[in-house]
Amino acid sequence: MRRREFLGAAGALALAACAKGTRSLPPGELQGGNFALGHRLGQGDFPAAAEIRPVEVLIVGAGIAGLSAAWRLQRAGFEDFALLELEASPGGNSRYARSPVCAHPLGAHYLPLPNPEARAVRALLADLGVLKGDPWALKPEYDEAYLCHSPQERLYRFGVWQEGLVPHLGLAAGEREQMARFFARMADFKALGDSRGRTFALPLAYARPDASTAALDRLTLFDWLKAEGFDSPSLHWYLNYACRDDYGTDYRQVSAWAGIHYFAGRTGEGGLGAGDTVLTAPEGNGWIVRRLAERLPGRLHTGLAVHGLRQEEGRVHVDAWSENEGRSLRYQARQVIWAAPLFLLPRVAPQLPPDLAAAIAPLSHAPWLVASLHLAAPPEAGAGTPLAWDNVLYDSPGLGYVVATHQQIRRAPPGPTVLTYYRPLSGEDPRLARQRLLDTPREIWAEAILSDLGRAHRDIRSLTTRLDVFRHGHAMARPLPGFLDGARRARLARGWGRVRLAHADMSGMSLFEEANYWGVRAAEQLLREAGGRLAERLA
Amino acid sequence: MQHALLASVFIIASCGLAYELVAAALASYLLGDSVTQFSTIIGAYLFAMGVGSWLSRYVGGNLVRRFIQIEMLVGVLGGFAAVGLFLAFAAQMGPFRVLLYLSVLAVGTLVGLEIPLVMRILKREVAFKELVSRVLAVDYLGALAVSVLFPLLLAPYLGLMRTGLLFGLLNVGVAVWALYLFRAQLPRSRDLYLAAGASVALLAGGLAVAGQVSDTAESWLYADEVIHMESSPYQRIVVTRWRDDIRLFLNQNLQFSSRDEYRYHEALVHPGLAALPGARRILVLGGGDGFAVREILRYPQIQSVTLVDLDPAMTRLFATAPLLTQLNGNALNDSRVTVVNADAAIWLEENGEAFDFVVVDFPDPSNFALGKLYSTGFYRLLARHLAPGGRIVVQATSPYYARRSYWTIVATLEAAGFRTAPYHALVPSFGEWGYVLAGREAPGLPTAYPEGLRFLTVAGTADLFRFPADMERLPVEPNRLNEQSLVRLFEQEWHGAAR
Repeated sequence: MRRREFLGAAGALALAACAKGTRSLPPGELQGGNFALGHRLGQGDFPAAAEIRPVEVLIVGAGIAGLSAAWRLQRAGFEDFALLELEASPGGNSRYARSPVCAHPLGAHYLPLPNPEARAVRALLADLGVLKGDPWALKPEYDEAYLCHSPQERLYRFGVWQEGLVPHLGLAAGEREQMARFFARMADFKALGDSRGRTFALPLAYARPDASTAALDRLTLFDWLKAEGFDSPSLHWYLNYACRDDYGTDYRQVSAWAGIHYFAGRTGEGGLGAGDTVLTAPEGNGWIVRRLAERLPGRLHTGLAVHGLRQEEGRVHVDAWSENEGRSLRYQARQVIWAAPLFLLPRVAPQLPPDLAAAIAPLSHAPWLVASLHLAAPPEAGAGTPLAWDNVLYDSPGLGYVVATHQQIRRAPPGPTVLTYYRPLSGEDPRLARQRLLDTPREIWAEAILSDLGRAHRDIRSLTTRLDVFRHGHAMARPLPGFLDGARRARLARGWGRVRLAHADMSGMSLFEEANYWGVRAAEQLLREAGGRLAERLA
Repeated sequence: MQHALLASVFIIASCGLAYELVAAALASYLLGDSVTQFSTIIGAYLFAMGVGSWLSRYVGGNLVRRFIQIEMLVGVLGGFAAVGLFLAFAAQMGPFRVLLYLSVLAVGTLVGLEIPLVMRILKREVAFKELVSRVLAVDYLGALAVSVLFPLLLAPYLGLMRTGLLFGLLNVGVAVWALYLFRAQLPRSRDLYLAAGASVALLAGGLAVAGQVSDTAESWLYADEVIHMESSPYQRIVVTRWRDDIRLFLNQNLQFSSRDEYRYHEALVHPGLAALPGARRILVLGGGDGFAVREILRYPQIQSVTLVDLDPAMTRLFATAPLLTQLNGNALNDSRVTVVNADAAIWLEENGEAFDFVVVDFPDPSNFALGKLYSTGFYRLLARHLAPGGRIVVQATSPYYARRSYWTIVATLEAAGFRTAPYHALVPSFGEWGYVLAGREAPGLPTAYPEGLRFLTVAGTADLFRFPADMERLPVEPNRLNEQSLVRLFEQEWHGAAR
């Protein structure tokens, strides 16, 4: 066995690696959020504000929620706002990086074609020129450059790359029937609803859970599968993959309602043969961040950490530490849109009402690791489907990788590329996992990633010229059983006086559609209260 | 005794890896696409080794005797594999890939038998734990030695054939050594001695003549005399000549025969361009041989021709080699012609120029990367470079052999907003070939052609635009980037046609 592997590796590297030696790690950096600054926030050891900046509306957090809020305000012609971001660059989970070869994602890498009810997402895409024609059409036309090119997905199992991510080769007796039954059940859930909306709508605010489906939020997806008689190992693997992919959480912990929502929630389709292809770009969802941030010159301030927030006399006082200037600033805003992770709010706002704090408390977040592998050339083809955009390994601790150069149109044989490798630390308690994420040196992660990918690509070590590891400490809210609790979500939606909350945390599902919805909704509420009728309602 | 056998394990391992590397390197050299060749050859070889290891359970009797026999067999078979394959390829004897994989499987199986046998022989003297650790350690060392030596010394200085033969000799050497070491256990073994002597003689003789063989064999690769051979980073370029027939092969695929290329290139250029008397600026994508440019330059009103071809080796060759510049009328050196060596899509993305007539002459859509060059997305990009009233012509594979592929390309141009005029021409070297003329308005037919054409006539042109029943239009979907239906169809159709 080992002899085979050795011989194989030696030959397949087209001989180069042998001369170099095979075990050395490629160089790279450990990257990620400003954890030190983030962790200082709750401790209050910041100097008093040195400057006061009045502003009508302050948006805290420039992730998708904050950027969407700013977009909505600008769309209505409202410009008196500022946007503060703790990190050095905007985007949150949709941040991206540039390289001489190709821009590549550091987080979210695609956007499913939006549902009809996701009006804000559709309006945004139409504004960016990617959705063409009528944004409210059942199947709008999308710019082909952003539709994921074929082949889109492949799965490595039994030494062969299968097309698609649902295992369909080498299934045991009965597995195929269970797969068919499972997807039929999901189609039924998808169709569920009444005249006011679908049961599993997306954004979640439009969902209409009834008594029977609400019961799904009282058990885990794993328990639901058991109760329904689904025991196919391939199906279980696939569903756990889906939960880890969308929620960063193991299917033994995810609420069955959320797990089913993954399959029943999305109805978006495109016209002209687009089907349900996803939208993507070399930088993942970073292109949306880039385009929105370009419209915010002078309004978007990065490296500003909000460490204090008080409401008094019709104003909100927001103290922020400027990492670049080494001093604190005080923003005096009439209105605040809190578009940062909700768990930070109790840390910086001592006045926060206890019932709101109690509605925030149950939230927990999954940590993620995202690695950028810079390759001298794409990995060798292997058996089966050729290199796709999304490439997943069966039974891997990771979720596979996406290829940044996939959307390029090239006559030449493929050259250097960047692979983005995803791994949620979903197998343990999130606090412990987060500590491990912070404590583990890059070399350990790099070795683990190369070994994992090495199962399918024996040449990965010799091809990788650089391997950066990006850490997201609080990447995704975990939709555990009970997350759907209507009273708790309603409390979050009510906000806190002049402070409106807008974050995917409000839904408990870290999805673009959710972040966008809450950001746009907060902006629309604010515009309505400022007087005047809205020309359109998107959320 | 034990150390002697371990030393022989070292040699065996070196030989085993050497045969594998020689086969993979030879396949890449002859067939191109080294990643595929290395990957599939190594896969087949490792599989065969597994088969050999498994078969070793059925090897009984005098193990030492069997081991010596296998060593001699591996030596001769493995040693001559490269020579045999090269000659077979050159002489076009039988299906080359079948021979290639048969030889890889045979040698791999024999190599797979070796280590289990050595371990069984040594088992008598050494405890199992020790045995496994020592044999496998030495085995790896042998493999490492060759994997380092092969690219640095063996392949560049000895060449593939001599490397194969040399390791064959080493393998037989192990057999001879074992004959000596175990002479006490091998009574009445005259046949073994004879066979060993014959193997050594055969391999040594092979080594002696290998130089001559490799010198002459590549010219057999082609039916005709090879007049130019060159490997660029993109492809292997070979030009052959037999009397007045000059042929160009890229990665062994025929690109043109000088006997009938005029049919292909006249049909590619003139039905579109002759109907555009106002055309001044022309763009050619692909077509580094300069034949399309030669046809374009027949029109006196042309002011500029931009040729965008990926491979500088191609355009250099067709701008400098006297025989070839004679064929393309020295078109690439014409003052009106600008040669750009760039990737077509990148060049289109980065340039804003508009053209009156665009010739798209890409390789057939045989993989996902090439398939993108026949997509609605690519044609929309191209449309941005088309001047008002301009036309595009696309080489569109064979409407006879790949009927659905051909009509998919037509449907794709239409989905990208073009009006099309599909047509075809018979090029004997290729068979019935298809083109698509496209423009924002419906393309009209020419009423006159330039002087000196050998194939096209005004009277015959309408026939090119008529498709007989077996090539008639089929209802097919356009080739969209998110589906790439064309690549899947093309694969099915040409695969079916080849059978």
